[in-house]
Amino acid sequence: MFNSYTESLAVFFGINVLMAFSVYLPSSAGLISLGQGGFMAIGAYTSALLTAKDVPFALALAAGAAVAALIGVLVAAPAVRIRGIYLIIATLGFGEIVRILFINLEFAGGASGLSGIRPLTTLWYVVGVCFFVGLCLWRLRTLTLGRAILAVHEDETAAEAMGIKLLQTKLIAFGGGAAIAGLAGGLFAHYALFIDPEQFGFSRSAEAFLFVVLGGSGNPLGPVIGAAVVTLLPEVLRFLQDWRMSFFAVLLIGCAIWRPGGLVAARPPSRL
Amino acid sequence: MVFLQQLINGVMLGSTYALVAIGYSLIFGVLRLLHFAHGEVFMVGAFIGLGAVVYLHVGPLVALLCAAVGCALLGVVIEFVAFRPIRRRNGSLLAPIVSSLGVGLLLQEVATNLFGAEQTRFPPQFEGEMIRLGGLFVTSTQLFILGTSFVLMLAVHLFVSYTKYGMAMRASAESTDVARLLGINVDTVIVLTFAFASALGGVAGVLVGFAFSAISPFMGVSMSIKGVAIMLIGGLGSIYGAMVGGLILGVVEVMTVGYLASSYRDAFSFALLIIMLLVRPQGLFSGASAAKR
Amino acid sequence: MSDAPLLDVTGVGVTYGGYVALDDVSCRVVENSIHALIGPNGAGKTTLFNVVSGLVKPESGSLQFRERQYTGLRPDQILVMGIARNFQQVRLFPVLSVIENVMVGCHSRLPRTSFRDFVLGPLGRDKVDRLARERAAEMLDLVEYRGDTKAPPSQMTLVDQRRIEIARALASDPQLLLLDEPAAGMNPAEASQLSEIIRKIRGLGRTVLLVEHNTRMVFSLADEVTVLSAGKIIASGPPSAVKSDSAVVTAYLGNV
Repeated sequence: MFNSYTESLAVFFGINVLMAFSVYLPSSAGLISLGQGGFMAIGAYTSALLTAKDVPFALALAAGAAVAALIGVLVAAPAVRIRGIYLIIATLGFGEIVRILFINLEFAGGASGLSGIRPLTTLWYVVGVCFFVGLCLWRLRTLTLGRAILAVHEDETAAEAMGIKLLQTKLIAFGGGAAIAGLAGGLFAHYALFIDPEQFGFSRSAEAFLFVVLGGSGNPLGPVIGAAVVTLLPEVLRFLQDWRMSFFAVLLIGCAIWRPGGLVAARPPSRL
Repeated sequence: MVFLQQLINGVMLGSTYALVAIGYSLIFGVLRLLHFAHGEVFMVGAFIGLGAVVYLHVGPLVALLCAAVGCALLGVVIEFVAFRPIRRRNGSLLAPIVSSLGVGLLLQEVATNLFGAEQTRFPPQFEGEMIRLGGLFVTSTQLFILGTSFVLMLAVHLFVSYTKYGMAMRASAESTDVARLLGINVDTVIVLTFAFASALGGVAGVLVGFAFSAISPFMGVSMSIKGVAIMLIGGLGSIYGAMVGGLILGVVEVMTVGYLASSYRDAFSFALLIIMLLVRPQGLFSGASAAKR
Repeated sequence: MSDAPLLDVTGVGVTYGGYVALDDVSCRVVENSIHALIGPNGAGKTTLFNVVSGLVKPESGSLQFRERQYTGLRPDQILVMGIARNFQQVRLFPVLSVIENVMVGCHSRLPRTSFRDFVLGPLGRDKVDRLARERAAEMLDLVEYRGDTKAPPSQMTLVDQRRIEIARALASDPQLLLLDEPAAGMNPAEASQLSEIIRKIRGLGRTVLLVEHNTRMVFSLADEVTVLSAGKIIASGPPSAVKSDSAVVTAYLGNV
């Protein structure tokens, strides 16, 4: 049904959608992250090391997500009291630390990375996971947790006065985002079949961040659109050859100027 | 002795970091903006310096001047194209970050297409002679880099302390609203800040070219991130913090490579960054005012 | 009515920098009463509200609710305990619709969403969601809000926004409702309608602590009036007694 080119494009698109979701969820609570690449790395390495030991793929994916979530919560617990630009810088620093850590982890292959990962990710796996996460995020608003997250984003004082546990809500949002990035990492590792720390550096984190800002953070559709634009545009722009990224860069600047709320702006641009 | 030698190497590296970080801090101070393309401005500076040396056959000082002027112009263009329109429309906090990432990508691709993605050799500008200082050896390149950086840092200090525009810059960094009330034309100050910061970044690029004899279109990426770390360690928006932070980071990096392992090179800067964020978010050199949000 | 007060504030002191906002303030609110807190601007009424609801931690003194110490609890814990409030400057959540805002108030009283609810939610069979929606609609009805419930609150008049905020507070099923100037910006007809709503709320067995500038409304509505001036309590008692208190007349009513 698909040739290998469209299939790989679809798989990477799906993984990018997950990365976009992983930025979207914490951003709904006002927590902007420029370090999701770090959580993706944690998920990728954890699951790849597990499947190498013959752990079933689904279990390895779940474990990758769980470890990412756990570390996300541990990192976020002291960090959620810092806000705005400081939190962005903190997450950026976290992403870099994770990258450096994996460079120095001998059992994870160090700087030369892990190769020979089993090809377990199929397109349907990616579609399934995307669909599941998308459904959860779409349902979120009708759940008490989702409304609590939005309330925290809007007005922390009023939210707390209405009985919302600030710290817990923020940790769930941040940990949830980390778990989604971990899932994306696991799927990525078992499709790319080779991972090294540089794949999960700042540019990966910045890309995930751009999906959401570009697409819009008002509802889960925004990040999907953002991921679609960023993933598919370079393919459409093949005729531009070496100047593809420049076109994209100009698009970014244009969007920042004319559509700061994102392409799909369902709610006003986020205040921090 | 080895330690002292390493210390000199570290201070040399750190002084180039400091020049980049001062620019970062100036821009953050006045605009509350994380200018992720600043590392790319630094990279462009290196290539301008290379062009001046190779095609115009000028000496190192003139090459620095070319890079400074070229990057100052580039910085002003960036401000007019990528940031001013966003401010005019009162965009969100995130829009300028997106825009700066876009500018960074653009500069990177332009440089890659012009010079290739590989490293380009930067011809040595100084005789390879070693100058003996007590038991230490310092190359003339190192002396030149140290000298230039410290003269520039002193110039920055004098500029912000004693000149009208420098003081306007500091006032705007405190609060743009107050600066407006004092009759300062904030738009002019912003343009000036970009020109000044970018010129320093460009000079740092050429110095790094001198030091390592090789430059590449991607040399700015890690500098952009490191610049953020240094700026935060020194205190967001603090010029002196950026100087000290840059020097500390340079020394720590060289020591790490010398005594531990090169793979840990960047570990301490980011560990320090996180610790500072949690313990003293206002940084080493910043008053309480910068710590608010 | 039991002998012990529902809320017992003892010797509370708050300073901002060098400025004394509350100085040794004690106040008892009897269960199922309407208790008004009045005083000139800057007297510390809102600060006292913030202390009672946990937004400001007092430097001295203690707070008791139903004979239980609760000094130092977080605002969310205090809400669960049974004290809810509105805000003088309306603080509804702008991205949530009117009904969703009120549903946030229900959160502390809702059961957990089960897996079944989560899965069947898109089919309209989420029991928790239905419960919250019904309860929120009921509360909006109680405060006589007649506007659109699906629109964002920013489209509503200020008077309606105040009503929504009271509904949001009521949705948490509080024993003590703190109302900070609920009638501000209301015309006399709306204010008397609000008085009726507040009486209705007391009729449901709840207690209301009210900050209000509209003295006519206060004296016709309250069972008990406490007068605060410059961070100190200068009088407390039934409206008739407070009205004739000479200290109150000079400090407050004399200026009206």
